[in-house]
Amino acid sequence: MAVPLAFFGLFFAYPVAAIVGRGLKTGEGWQFGRIGEVLAQPDIADVLWFTTWQALASTALTLIVALPGAYVFARFSFPGKQLLRALVTVPFVLPTVVVGTAFLALVGRGGLLDEVWGVRLDTTVWAILLAHVFFNYAVVVRTVGGLWAQLDPRQEEAARVLGAGRFAAWRRVTLPALAPAVAAAALMVFLFTFSSFGVVQILGGPSYATLEVEVYRQTAQLLDLPTAAVLTLVQFAAVGVILGVHAWTVRRRETALRLVDPARTAHPPRGWAQRGLLGGVLLTVALLIVAPLAVLVERSLDAPGGYGFGFYRALQEAGAGGGTFLVPPLEAVWNSLQYALAATGIALAVGGLAAAALARRAGRFVRGFDALLMLPLGVSAVTVGFGFLITLDRPPLDLRTSWILVPLAQALVGVPFVVRTMLPVLRAVDGRLREAAAVLGASPLRVWREVDLPLVRRAVLIAAGFAFAVSLGEFGATVFIARPDHPTLPVAVARLLGRAGEMNYGQAMALSTILMLVCAVSLLVLERLRPDKTSGEF
Amino acid sequence: MSTTKKIAGAALAAALGVGTLTACGGGSKDEGGAAASGSPKSKTVTLVSHDSFNVSEPVLKEFEQQSGYTVKVLKSGDAGAALNQEILTKGSPRGDVFFGVDNTLLSRALDNGIFTPYEAKGLAEVKPEFVLDRQHRVTPVDSGDICVNYDKAYFADKKIAPPQTLDDLVKPEYKNLLVTENAATSSPGLGFLLASVGKYGDGGTSQGEASGGGWKEYWSKLKANGVEVVDGWEQAYNERFSGSAGGKKAKGDRPLVVSYASSPPVEVLYGEPQPAEAPTGVATGTCFRQVEFAGLLKGAKNEEGGKALIDFLIGKKFQEDMPLQMFVNPVVKDAKLPEVFTKHGVVVEKPENVAPEAIAKNRDQWVKAWSSIVVK
Repeated sequence: MAVPLAFFGLFFAYPVAAIVGRGLKTGEGWQFGRIGEVLAQPDIADVLWFTTWQALASTALTLIVALPGAYVFARFSFPGKQLLRALVTVPFVLPTVVVGTAFLALVGRGGLLDEVWGVRLDTTVWAILLAHVFFNYAVVVRTVGGLWAQLDPRQEEAARVLGAGRFAAWRRVTLPALAPAVAAAALMVFLFTFSSFGVVQILGGPSYATLEVEVYRQTAQLLDLPTAAVLTLVQFAAVGVILGVHAWTVRRRETALRLVDPARTAHPPRGWAQRGLLGGVLLTVALLIVAPLAVLVERSLDAPGGYGFGFYRALQEAGAGGGTFLVPPLEAVWNSLQYALAATGIALAVGGLAAAALARRAGRFVRGFDALLMLPLGVSAVTVGFGFLITLDRPPLDLRTSWILVPLAQALVGVPFVVRTMLPVLRAVDGRLREAAAVLGASPLRVWREVDLPLVRRAVLIAAGFAFAVSLGEFGATVFIARPDHPTLPVAVARLLGRAGEMNYGQAMALSTILMLVCAVSLLVLERLRPDKTSGEF
Repeated sequence: MSTTKKIAGAALAAALGVGTLTACGGGSKDEGGAAASGSPKSKTVTLVSHDSFNVSEPVLKEFEQQSGYTVKVLKSGDAGAALNQEILTKGSPRGDVFFGVDNTLLSRALDNGIFTPYEAKGLAEVKPEFVLDRQHRVTPVDSGDICVNYDKAYFADKKIAPPQTLDDLVKPEYKNLLVTENAATSSPGLGFLLASVGKYGDGGTSQGEASGGGWKEYWSKLKANGVEVVDGWEQAYNERFSGSAGGKKAKGDRPLVVSYASSPPVEVLYGEPQPAEAPTGVATGTCFRQVEFAGLLKGAKNEEGGKALIDFLIGKKFQEDMPLQMFVNPVVKDAKLPEVFTKHGVVVEKPENVAPEAIAKNRDQWVKAWSSIVVK
């Protein structure tokens, strides 16, 4: 408990409080009157309203589209399943500039939809919503599907034997068991879309602005700290409300469940209905996720003088044609991997400890801490980044120019994922198992190792995958933390896209493709880290 | 069980390994933090800048050898964000020199007093029209023009002359052809707005309506003539503009885009193979001139090194290296431009200008008024 608290206090609460304080405190003391002034502006109200409703709509749409996917990934075995699971997570790591490009190719002018049905969605709210589904599909599939795969199907079968209909059995047995995971996924999707920045800007055009965009403008462009501080407080309030709702729905729902080995619950689809469902999900994934990604790959190969690897070859040269980087762009792959490993390590350590502490205890304080851990998802990167600047500037903590700041900032976003994926599983572990082990003379550490860990190992891997993906694709904080000799992949892509000329554009596409590959391969490797089937089973 | 231990061990080893690797990754350039550069005889000089800063390796190495300093470059965000970070950390800066204050941000930088005055060696070589601060708190380093670019092929096909001035853009033959950037979030977008302010004046009304002439009326006409606004330069240039390499792939259908005067030479430079003629041209009567400055940061740990670095930035070596690194023009009198610029670039004779003080004072309300006109 102490470690996560210290981590959050130092790297989140303190910097954010400092930057908000700087905005609200002048020579004459606190200026709480500013809050009313800012909130009275009609355009701020508009921004808040739009931010909230698009986040709610995106969350609902994501759940509708992704829950069947979660079921299919949990319950069916089919060839290429692991590859596909890694693939749906890829959007998560792509810089929004690149996603915008891919999506415009799909829903924009002359895009796929335009060619087939003559539909153009760019600069409409639909494009924003679809892109949010594209981004967050994996969140639902991984968090809900991860738990679903471990639910014992025999419980539902028992209900059927006792005379319940198929739907009633699902509603009474499976749904309650899944509810915490669904709520957790919904919460994360909401927080992500609530603080959406690039997607809204690129696909919505200037007529749509979210709170996050406004905070960025006020902080980074106009340096209007009082307004930015008020908006950050508004963000806090909104996120707080959502967290409250979430806590209220989940409380007393996380009960002990019988968890089994996921390998035993999956089977090949049987009958027309199941085959149809699988087909439907695969089609959705193909259209919504694979198609935009394929566009990027196609463009990266569309080199001058016919298709080939020309752009990829150009990536190996430092300062190709004019020295965008001090190092070849390909080295960015290595940098990204290093940062991602470090960030994943930090996120797993902090998040794991927090989840363990939260699973053991109950009470108001614990729920508060649980909510606190989620806050970084709903606070803008620029607030945290600028907060770092004015707080971590003195020895022994002058970290402003240190490399560790990058994984730390990324871990802030990774920790909530770790907590949210591990907590439902940890709470589902039957306490009597722990008690039995303790009675038999095991130390608390040994109990954790022998009882909890085997059951939550899968959740840990899923969480690690998320933390890793978050770190690989993280752009907001990384941009503010200046390390030009170590550009990460998204930063390198953004730099290439920021310049005219065919070679730059092509290299940006090639580097995006490499980013996708790195992400997919890393996740596949993580999936392979499965223990032998024999251990950890009861 | 053993697997778990292995995984945990591997993760720990990886995390530790990353630490050491990354800490050593920078070689001599990096001390894993600023703690080591506290001594007065520091051999490291740190330049803080925005994401677009670039210098070629040999030029930087030569400076390092001659001066005995090691240069560390920190880039943090776009020009506005980078400057604001310096303002926030006033008094305990992250580096010694800041590069990248442009004339749209100059007043904010000076009013916040983040720079120590320093008259650079070689300032006499700088063209006097660029020296905007008589107290030498900032030193001009480069200039560039934000202009409308046109797709040559489109206008040749249609047998229409491309537009040349701001007035041309509201004519019916150019209806629905122009794409520009959001002035609220993009620096070329803001530059183009300022070009119209410089040309047509403020019109004297504070309402968002197009009354009393001035730039607001101009933008109402542009809007009526079908100007499209997208978020940033990348999107405008690489997606919507029909003349760029990216735009061709994305089937962009706007033959006019707000970009830079240096964009056509860059299109040539990064063409594969390089075309004999630039595919795009510049409408020279639509430009706003940006000048970028560097300054010695107040509270710099290595003031002497910082001064040497500023001298280097306006030295001939750096000035002649700059065009191909950042696609901007030198500010010293006798710096030679690379061939690709002289052959495919243009000279903008009369760029529009707005005084930095006026920009600082009105920027926010101008952007707001602009948004209400252009973004319904």
